[in-house]
Amino acid sequence: MRKVAVIGIGETQFGELWDRSFRDLGIEAGLRAVQDAGITTENIDALYVGNMSAGKFVDQEHVGALVADYSGLSDTHLPTTRIEGGGACGALAILQAWAAIASGLHEVVVVGAAEKMTDVSETHAQEILSSTADQEWETVFGATFAGLYAMMARRHMYEYATTREQIAQVAVKNHKHGALNPNAQFQKEIKLEAVLNAPKIAEPLGMLDAAPLSDGAAALVLCPLEKARRFNDTPVELLASGQASDPLALHDRRDLTTMDATVVAGKRAFHMAGKTPLDVQVAEVHDNFTITEILALEDLRFFKKGQGGPATEEGQTLIGGKIAVNTSGGLKARGQPVGATGVAQAVEIVRQLRGEADKRQVANAEIGLTHTLGGTGATAVVHLFGRVN
Amino acid sequence: MTAGIVSYGAYVPRFRIEPKEIGRVWGVDGEAMGKNLNILRKSVPSPDEDVITISVEAARTCMKRVPGVDPRDIGAIYVGSESHPYAVKPSATIVAEAIEAAPVLTAADFEFACKAGTAAMQTCLGLTISNMAKYGMAIGTDTSQGAPGDALEYSASAGGAAFLLGNTGVAASINHTVSYTTDTPDFWRREGQTYPSHGGRFTGEPAYFKHVQACAQLLFKRAGTAPSDYQFAVFHQPNGKFPVRVGKMLGFADKQMETGLLVREIGNTYSGAIMVGLCAIFDVAKPGDRIFAVGYGSGAGSDAFDITVTEHMPELHKARVRTMRAMVDDYQIVDYATYAKYRGKIRMKEG
Amino acid sequence: MAIPRFWREIPSRYNLFGTKCGSCGTVDFPPRTICPKCGRQSLGRMARMKMAGKGTLVSYTVIHDAPAAFELLKPYVLGIIELDEGARLTSQIIDVDPAAVKIGMRVESTFRKLGQESEAGIIHYGYKFRPEM
Repeated sequence: MRKVAVIGIGETQFGELWDRSFRDLGIEAGLRAVQDAGITTENIDALYVGNMSAGKFVDQEHVGALVADYSGLSDTHLPTTRIEGGGACGALAILQAWAAIASGLHEVVVVGAAEKMTDVSETHAQEILSSTADQEWETVFGATFAGLYAMMARRHMYEYATTREQIAQVAVKNHKHGALNPNAQFQKEIKLEAVLNAPKIAEPLGMLDAAPLSDGAAALVLCPLEKARRFNDTPVELLASGQASDPLALHDRRDLTTMDATVVAGKRAFHMAGKTPLDVQVAEVHDNFTITEILALEDLRFFKKGQGGPATEEGQTLIGGKIAVNTSGGLKARGQPVGATGVAQAVEIVRQLRGEADKRQVANAEIGLTHTLGGTGATAVVHLFGRVN
Repeated sequence: MTAGIVSYGAYVPRFRIEPKEIGRVWGVDGEAMGKNLNILRKSVPSPDEDVITISVEAARTCMKRVPGVDPRDIGAIYVGSESHPYAVKPSATIVAEAIEAAPVLTAADFEFACKAGTAAMQTCLGLTISNMAKYGMAIGTDTSQGAPGDALEYSASAGGAAFLLGNTGVAASINHTVSYTTDTPDFWRREGQTYPSHGGRFTGEPAYFKHVQACAQLLFKRAGTAPSDYQFAVFHQPNGKFPVRVGKMLGFADKQMETGLLVREIGNTYSGAIMVGLCAIFDVAKPGDRIFAVGYGSGAGSDAFDITVTEHMPELHKARVRTMRAMVDDYQIVDYATYAKYRGKIRMKEG
Repeated sequence: MAIPRFWREIPSRYNLFGTKCGSCGTVDFPPRTICPKCGRQSLGRMARMKMAGKGTLVSYTVIHDAPAAFELLKPYVLGIIELDEGARLTSQIIDVDPAAVKIGMRVESTFRKLGQESEAGIIHYGYKFRPEM
């Protein structure tokens, strides 16, 4: 298996982008990545598109073909595939691209991921997000996405004495980071009181515990590491990937306070890279809700089980802390165009490892991690990236 | 061969609204209305309850009392109501599935204003006496609506009861049943109309009182009895005044009527009315107790029953189910806005 | 939800039918064709089993931001319940003040309206849970 590098990154602004359609978004991120990589369209061997639900948001399926077409690639008749796995689409698309290159099937591959969530009403958008939960045995009974995560939070508080304030602190921290990110949907800091007093959505979670609905796209260009320097001077190696699944319905999981899929995906990635969590300086983890980040901190073994809350409260996950988590602002402040998340997270990590993260730069960033989830944790993907010296 | 009620079960929703709260909204002295009707509060169904859910709860409670009865031996299920969720698709089919009596049985829904449940009882009695069915289940349930601001709004409530009828293991044998039916347009609802209409004072003497008394006299004659032969009496209860008055006119004492008189605390459960009253009586009746029951349905008609409690009744009390009294006493008061929201009286956005 | 899709699950939604593995005894709700513990060994040995409808609350939340179909009920309590037979399910907890709900409380199943296809469409019935009486 060949080593694989990221040679180009690109992303759009994240937010309510009324003027941009789904097609606009997909192309914009891809073009930026291609430009950043210094390649031309003739170089591209394949396209992998991460998108969760264009079918429901804009009634459009078959988006692999759509994105290739509108990116001006249809003349090359390149292979293009859309990948779905709840909110983990983007990360799964990266994994497929990596496998294609590592195996020798393709040379230069573009991974693009986009989601257009604001064309439908907010209520409808929330229902679409909930479609990654179990439709027959969770949502039909009144379960909402926020409700399912809230039950994890409640149980975590019950078993580990995690406090409401500790959970809310995740949002405060991520807004602090997001304020330093010019592409973030929210670039303002928020206070803990604001999070605690925000309108309730599913107790104990309130409106500010939840990532927003967003439009946005992100893209990467990958190629074999041995060829990377042909294209540019700042390749970042995709060291390893781990992917795991778990029962679809939250009530069928082994433990409400642990995402086994994250634990296994993390272990697989670290094992493949020959690294440990202590080797990671910067991480983008899935914080669709504040509690999700706390679970991720523990399940990726950055902190012991039950210690995610205290660690956050003590500032250990801030830029400059023990491990900088969600320097982009996370899904909470950077934004959450669902299918694009995994790639947007990778874009931030690559920036950090290149030393291009500007005000958000983590010192001595050698190895970075992305963690992306599908549904309430039935899919988890972990990628490890490393600086190429 | 004795035939009659083998088991019974009832269900009343938990929410209640008080007359003074209803009056407050319509600019009337609600408390006075309540006193006038002799009603303290009435039951209100939750948005996730309807005639079918209430019937299922009542039917399940009924079956819980007789664990030895295989639901597949129920040969017929009839649900009587004037507020079936579907105009076409019988509530009885869903009840049948929910108590695992399906698929080998006959089923249908009945309508006869407030006496659809008792009509179903008579039909089931016929089926079991003739051995066409081993058991039949008769259910009377309603979630009737009163038009906003109308007098009926103070009394129309929600609740239901299910009786398992058969000719083995009978806990309350039906010695006699008679009916009295005429074309009397005292209260009706046309297809497609949300609320019923009524003839005001015409619903009293020519309707309720005429039919209940006539039917009662038929029963006394058929059974060869007098009021003193009975420990309990229960009459249809559209409010707390009519049944007491008609009872007294027939020669019954307050003491005989008080156990079955639930309307003061839960309102008029329409098709469920005398059936839930009977459930309250069965909860406390002893073997040998005799019961005089006369229902009434607008349109109009009365069904009357002469019932004797048997030695099987105490076995039914062993089941871990709530008594009628426990259900009546377990309640939560809601205001008119909540009541209107729950009862679909607020026009919601379409689409 | 489309008509056949809901109708197919009636035995489980009305009467809590699940399965018990003939190989290891694991109880699943709703019914499964293959036991998650035994895999292939369980094929053809999964027996239909009715849950008694009693269980313990494992976690819960009070939902304030609800989908359109649940507008009339909000705020409502949603919980994950571990049935006495071992299987877990997700359901609403009713007939209780949300403030009184506690992890560990005993609950029992009831029959309620889950929703409807539309004002003129089929009504969906199924289980909700209330405090054990």
